[in-house]
Amino acid sequence: MSEATSSATLPETKGAPPEVKSTRLRTAILYPILAVFTALVIGAILILVTDKAVVNAWLNFFDDPMGTLRLTAQTVGKAYGAMFEGSLNIGGIIRGIGAALRGEGTRQLAIALVPISESLTQAVPYIFAGLAVAFAFQGGLFNIGGEGQMLVGALCSVYIGFKLTGLPWFVHLPLAMMAGMAGGAIWAGIVGALKAYTGAHEVINSIMMNWIAIILSSWLLKVGGPMARPDVPVTPPVLPTAWIPRLFDTPGNRFHAGFFLALFAVWLVWWLLYKSTLGFQIRMVGANAKAARYSGVNVKRLWIIIMAISGSLAGTAGMVQTLAVDRWVGVGFSAGMGFDAIALALLGRNHPVGVLLAALLFGTLKNGATRMQSVAQIPVDIITIVIALVIVFIAAPEIIRALYRLPKTSAEEGPVFTKGWGS
Amino acid sequence: MAPVLELRNITKQFPGVLANDHINLTLEQGEIHALLGENGAGKSTLMNILYGLYSPDEGEILIRGQVTKITGPTDAIRQGIGMVHQHFMLVPVLTVAENVMLGEESTRGLVLDRKKVASKIRDLSQRHGLEVDPGIKIENLSVGVRQRVEIIKVLYRSANILILDEPTAVLTPQEADDLFGILRSLRDQGVSIIFISHKLREVLDLADRVTVIRRGRVVGEMQTAGASQAMLAEMMVGREVALTVDKETASAGETVLSFENLKVLDNRLHVAVDSASLEVRAGEILGVAGVQGNGQTELVEALTGLRPVQDGKVFIAGQEVTNASPRKITECGVSHIPEDRQEDGLVLSFPVYDNLIINTYYRPPFAKGMVVNEQAIVGQADGLIEKFDIRTPSAAVPVSNLSGGNQQKVIVARELNRPIKLLIANQPTRGLDVGSIEFIHQQLVHKRDDGAAVLLVSAELDEIMGLADRIAVIFKGKFTAVVDADDVSKEQVGLMMAGNSLEEALANAPKRTSKERAIVT
Repeated sequence: MSEATSSATLPETKGAPPEVKSTRLRTAILYPILAVFTALVIGAILILVTDKAVVNAWLNFFDDPMGTLRLTAQTVGKAYGAMFEGSLNIGGIIRGIGAALRGEGTRQLAIALVPISESLTQAVPYIFAGLAVAFAFQGGLFNIGGEGQMLVGALCSVYIGFKLTGLPWFVHLPLAMMAGMAGGAIWAGIVGALKAYTGAHEVINSIMMNWIAIILSSWLLKVGGPMARPDVPVTPPVLPTAWIPRLFDTPGNRFHAGFFLALFAVWLVWWLLYKSTLGFQIRMVGANAKAARYSGVNVKRLWIIIMAISGSLAGTAGMVQTLAVDRWVGVGFSAGMGFDAIALALLGRNHPVGVLLAALLFGTLKNGATRMQSVAQIPVDIITIVIALVIVFIAAPEIIRALYRLPKTSAEEGPVFTKGWGS
Repeated sequence: MAPVLELRNITKQFPGVLANDHINLTLEQGEIHALLGENGAGKSTLMNILYGLYSPDEGEILIRGQVTKITGPTDAIRQGIGMVHQHFMLVPVLTVAENVMLGEESTRGLVLDRKKVASKIRDLSQRHGLEVDPGIKIENLSVGVRQRVEIIKVLYRSANILILDEPTAVLTPQEADDLFGILRSLRDQGVSIIFISHKLREVLDLADRVTVIRRGRVVGEMQTAGASQAMLAEMMVGREVALTVDKETASAGETVLSFENLKVLDNRLHVAVDSASLEVRAGEILGVAGVQGNGQTELVEALTGLRPVQDGKVFIAGQEVTNASPRKITECGVSHIPEDRQEDGLVLSFPVYDNLIINTYYRPPFAKGMVVNEQAIVGQADGLIEKFDIRTPSAAVPVSNLSGGNQQKVIVARELNRPIKLLIANQPTRGLDVGSIEFIHQQLVHKRDDGAAVLLVSAELDEIMGLADRIAVIFKGKFTAVVDADDVSKEQVGLMMAGNSLEEALANAPKRTSKERAIVT
């Protein structure tokens, strides 16, 4: 199947000529890999130039050339080593398997699996939020309001989660989940409706809706506020009957069933976009709204539907994080994840599978950054810079082409990510 | 004396296409040389090589006998080559003088010397009959005058080799005549002109010599004095082309489309269609003749549900469809070939097979409930590509990769492949080459003979004369006359398009000679 390789601007094709296919493969897979690699190299350089010992060694390079090089390699190795140990811990997992095979029990393996489980756990909200933005992009809309929709989703689900008591889990959990999805859908649906009926641009309105959500949440969550506890500015805990279950009981392992929900969402979005008549309409509106209108699509109604689905995905990001990981909501809940989601959609070329891979990368880097800071005293900001660089390279493929001397084929088309502007 | 310009063995290869294959071309001092070829024959590639936008894989360019390497437009301009593109390169908010000096500003200290430029422009316009006011902003000028500004821009840079890429595509017939006058006067003053076109009549009318290219190769070069349209068409397409449309007399049936007192506004909310009434019957082609911008666009959009009707009523097959949705109107059995194929008619990034179903995707066999049936979609595409002779490497390539003529065939295939009662075709052959025009005209006549009513809107008078059974002339949003096509001559319709009444037109223009057949290019 070609779906894993197709990009946002180039629709799914069956039996495309080999030349087109190989180009698509390259832009969809080779460029992101090179972008990540290049960003990590630049990250390494930043780690080095901010390290006093390394800089000193280089200033006196001829006193001890070998020592300088060794120190350089050690510094980078320690930082990235810590990052990968903290996010994947492949060595630890292999040792754990060895211990289990030697009959020393599975406890060592279970502990070794914690870092990779945490990376996956951190990737879950990114998957949903990234899908939200990518889905809207496919319909030609720029949903910059993921932040607000996540927050509303989280607030709705936490409210059901702590307020309704005495329900069995198979009633309580679905209710809480649906509340989160509906909250996000309505929050974004308002933006879609405003665009459809007044022509107000979705970018402006989704930013405004972000602020409404943020201010609303700080009122709801202030100490003694309508949804907060009397003593601290957070909600009461979600009742266990509304918990999304965690799957391991190893201490520190927060991996939960929501991950599989995320994988299902990836499939569902892919199916909706490429296999359903709704997706055909959505992609048509995204690629040429005038032609869509000509062909009989109700473009205004579709704008509302696109935003509502996008918002329900973003709401799910907040909902899953609340019901599975945090199990309460405090002020500053989403911490920029709704904006990172735009980068994810960009990196994943607006394709659900691309978004999944990008979210896994983000989850891994963010998780590893924590460890890198504690072990190698490298500020987490380095990883923020690395992520930013990845996005720069993806958005400007000319840089990658120039760096690696890749030829430009005539079939190559630049990605169009901000179609929503000015439409 | 060496020719002003000589192209020798120019070859340019693009992935999968040999765009130019050892092309030779000579341009003499003070001649108008037409470069004739179908869309995608390689005319534009050749001119872009000459203008320095592409570099040739093989071959050389000689200017006044000197081998010259042209590496970019700046180079070309220095060599005295000036190009007028089909799509104008003007800044609408700047004045004529400002646009002309852009990139070559005359300054006095830090201040633009507008006076000097303006006087030079006046000088140029006087010498060449290019009337234009240097102080007026581009956005206030008509398309024809904008083109004059482009020509002035080129002359201002002292070009003596002028390349015009399909210059008449955007002009009304009158504007085209003015342009030809200007070009002839330039030629008489020693300017050498390359005129790119696929319109046979223009080429014969204007050019001194013509070079015909087909699929990247020169297939012939001759003086236009001894050439005929049929001859050039055959060279260009590679087979004999029917320049006239063969059709039987219409046997009109019952009324399919009718509208009464229709009033429609344009985008600036001015009245574009004013109390217009018309009936179109099954089995006839009704041609709406008019200079572009007289309300045709708004009329068609109102009839197809894309623009609100302010006043009046529209009936299709007896059903009232005033302000119905486009989907509803389609489902009444209406097909619409839109005026702007790339804006309205196609989703350029979608593959050919998807473009063939953009208004039927929700119906079986293309959908089962909500699920898209890929097999049916791809399967239909292969059949239609063959039936409508769409030239494409496969049904999976984005339709943006197809030439204009083939893009239009995709639309025609989609719109004519389903059973319909009414076909609304707005400028169905604009910008297409002879081969595609011939094909599309045949399809329209077939649909008529199958019993569909056809509303044909065209700014090409020849097209109306060749195809229509009845002609409605539209002027400033009103139908000034509805006549049987056999009762009027082309000249008479032309007068009515310019605003004359039927009586005036009949009195002041030659009558239709018996068996007059318009030539459709």
